[in-house]
Amino acid sequence: MMRAPVRAIFAISFLAAACASRAEPPQAVVPETGADHAQAAAEPAHAAMDHSAHMQHGPELPATAGRGFTVADVRFMQNMIGHHAQAIRMSEMAPSRGPSAAVLKLAEKIDISQRDEILFMQQWLRERNQAVPSDEHAHTMMMPGMLTDEQLAQLSAARGQEFDRLFLSFMIGHHEGALLMVDELFASPGAGQDSDIFRFATDVDADQRDEIFVMQKLLDTIREEPR
Amino acid sequence: MKQRILPFAAMFAAAVAVAPAATAAQQDTIATTNDPRVGLKAGPKNTAGIAIEGMRLVSFTPKPAVLDSARGLTFINSDLAFRGNIVYQGNFSGFTVWDVSNPAKPVELSTVVCATDQGDPSIYGNLLFVSAESGRSRKDCGTQGVEDGKDRMRGVRIFDVSNPRSPKLIKNIQTCRGSHTHTIVPHPTDKNTIYLYVGGSSNVRDADEVPELNCSSGPISENPTTSQYRVDIIKVPLQNPQQAAVIGYMRIFEGLPGSPGRAGVPASEAQGGAQGRRGAMGPSGCHDLTSYPAYNLVAGSCGSFGIMLDVSNPEKPVRTDAKSDLNFSLWHTAVFSNDGKRVVFTDEWGGGTAPRCRASDPLRLGGNTILSIENGKMTQHGYFKMLAAQENTENCVSHNGGLVPVPGRDIMVQGWYQGGVNVFDFTDPNKPVEIAYFDRGPVSDESLVVGGSWGAYYWNGYIYSSELSRGLDILELTPSAHLSENEIAAAKLARMEEYNPQAQPKVTWPAAFPVVRSYLDQLRRNQGLSAARLTAITTALNNAERASGNARRDQLNRLAGELDRDAGSASDANRVRAMAAAVRDLAQASR
Repeated sequence: MMRAPVRAIFAISFLAAACASRAEPPQAVVPETGADHAQAAAEPAHAAMDHSAHMQHGPELPATAGRGFTVADVRFMQNMIGHHAQAIRMSEMAPSRGPSAAVLKLAEKIDISQRDEILFMQQWLRERNQAVPSDEHAHTMMMPGMLTDEQLAQLSAARGQEFDRLFLSFMIGHHEGALLMVDELFASPGAGQDSDIFRFATDVDADQRDEIFVMQKLLDTIREEPR
Repeated sequence: MKQRILPFAAMFAAAVAVAPAATAAQQDTIATTNDPRVGLKAGPKNTAGIAIEGMRLVSFTPKPAVLDSARGLTFINSDLAFRGNIVYQGNFSGFTVWDVSNPAKPVELSTVVCATDQGDPSIYGNLLFVSAESGRSRKDCGTQGVEDGKDRMRGVRIFDVSNPRSPKLIKNIQTCRGSHTHTIVPHPTDKNTIYLYVGGSSNVRDADEVPELNCSSGPISENPTTSQYRVDIIKVPLQNPQQAAVIGYMRIFEGLPGSPGRAGVPASEAQGGAQGRRGAMGPSGCHDLTSYPAYNLVAGSCGSFGIMLDVSNPEKPVRTDAKSDLNFSLWHTAVFSNDGKRVVFTDEWGGGTAPRCRASDPLRLGGNTILSIENGKMTQHGYFKMLAAQENTENCVSHNGGLVPVPGRDIMVQGWYQGGVNVFDFTDPNKPVEIAYFDRGPVSDESLVVGGSWGAYYWNGYIYSSELSRGLDILELTPSAHLSENEIAAAKLARMEEYNPQAQPKVTWPAAFPVVRSYLDQLRRNQGLSAARLTAITTALNNAERASGNARRDQLNRLAGELDRDAGSASDANRVRAMAAAVRDLAQASR
């Protein structure tokens, strides 16, 4: 089985190792909601989302327009690869952090889903002769909702219900970031129109929007339980 | 740019098996690799390897040349609609009208090129409705893309197909978020009016593209008239379809109960602050809705919820229940059992372009679940997924299908993209079982070229499957241990003049011997009646068939009386009673 070779895959190395150590701590995810800092630290994902902040991308890869796609389309795909890579890194932590069955299942689903989507995005970029982010480059990418190194370390160190709580909070913020990226794509003139990218971006939006809903319900369940 | 090659299996071994001990109960983890569908040769058109069981391929017809392009999704086929002797096959760039009077040799009557992703069609009389969602769809059907938003068409198109050789675009009904799918809901009394419920959860278009629609975005709390979080309702006056327009919308997602209930998390009634939080709005639309006018029901597949609606008043649907399940990513489509007491919901995990039937993919994800319906409330039962492990170059997940009308059983045929077509029995909603299948190898074994069955539907004796990249497949069921000759013959007797998979017709069977014998075969299969009685009933039916007129009628009435008595002691009494009723119908028809 699995005899078929696949074209691929930067993903392997960078997914497995994704951004374990990033040289420069990015600045995008500083809580600045005006809430008190203790609350902001406890609710990092929500605090991290600031719709007024501009997206902070890493050094941009070359991107050109072509038949049926714009520079914004290419950038969306390039950036979303980095964004997804971090979600996978977060999900990979779950099995060894003693999560609840629900969070484990959710993490597994996110892991598989976003791996496939990275492969799709890589193929989409390659078919259009566009630069595909290397694992080194992905380390420097920072998109809305992404965790800082400190937040990743915090998640990695958490266990049991605390892991669940952090995972859900962080992932909600992470997914909200993806929704912003989709919004930005569709707000760019002429972008998001081609059948493939339209379908993909719409699916990312629908998938992650509903996962946010599910994760918030799970988070509410945790909060109701005595600690 | 050549990269190094690594099989998916290795990638998953590295990624998922980090700490298998913690992975809880995964009794349903993997597909089977011990199946004739595993490892089929790749190839485009009809050149790939085929595995088939319980059916035969009657014909394969390649796509018309004008739609035959491999440019990603741009020219893939989509859904089907049926009327008379015609099959309408949607495509992301138009549609094809096939005359299938001879299913062994479909004839292309016309192909309309019209950018209109995803092009799901519905037929009602001489009106063909076609969904247009993406930004490249143009009012004038052109395929050059949209530069000025005023040229854009996102909504439902209406074609007049009274001349099937020359369909005419007569109306573009614009909506704020386009139409991914649409569902016909007939007016309960006014035969000149139908409604279309618009499926889809795409982005909101710029307001100035169609100023009169007042399209706007944002959460309901900040913008009560937001174009999100709603399902638009179009009213179509059939005498004057040019006047069709959006007449309003339904907000059916508000106050949804805590989720999910099934996958180990207790349902929380607490609404908390969730609704108020940014992004916490739940479904923003329904992927699609399936109407079942015979029971005034609509099943909506809406984000992370399967929703049941009472549409006694189609302009004001009432949500009667909603179910969520952590195993379900995107509730996608619903199919009702013929008696309206069950509903199969599908989950298109990954959107249809991803390979989600690999040996490494959990079976609990990307399949179906079966629920029973009582007074508008749903109870969840088992799961079903196509079991044969597919290649990593095959996009595969649960997709569209419909009922196979075998009396006495709940049977569904379904497309699984490159997982092929299969037929399964969900008469026992806790233990659905596969009874037939058809599968080709991947379109390509070098990369994932999107293809496979978009949807597979039983219509007037044949199964029609819309192949995304290849064309149109027509299949016919063949007898097996799971499905008898009589059951196949009875299914062929259930005729449907018009069939839209999203507007499910209720099937009835004429009085006929194969219908009665279907029940008999089922009682033999499940040992629902003693062997001696089965033999006697078989003989009585054979004798009655040889007789005619009054003699036949008298024999059948006598048999029906015996069956009433049999029901008292049979282990499957309901089936015996159903057979008695079918025998009486047959007696009634004998004169």
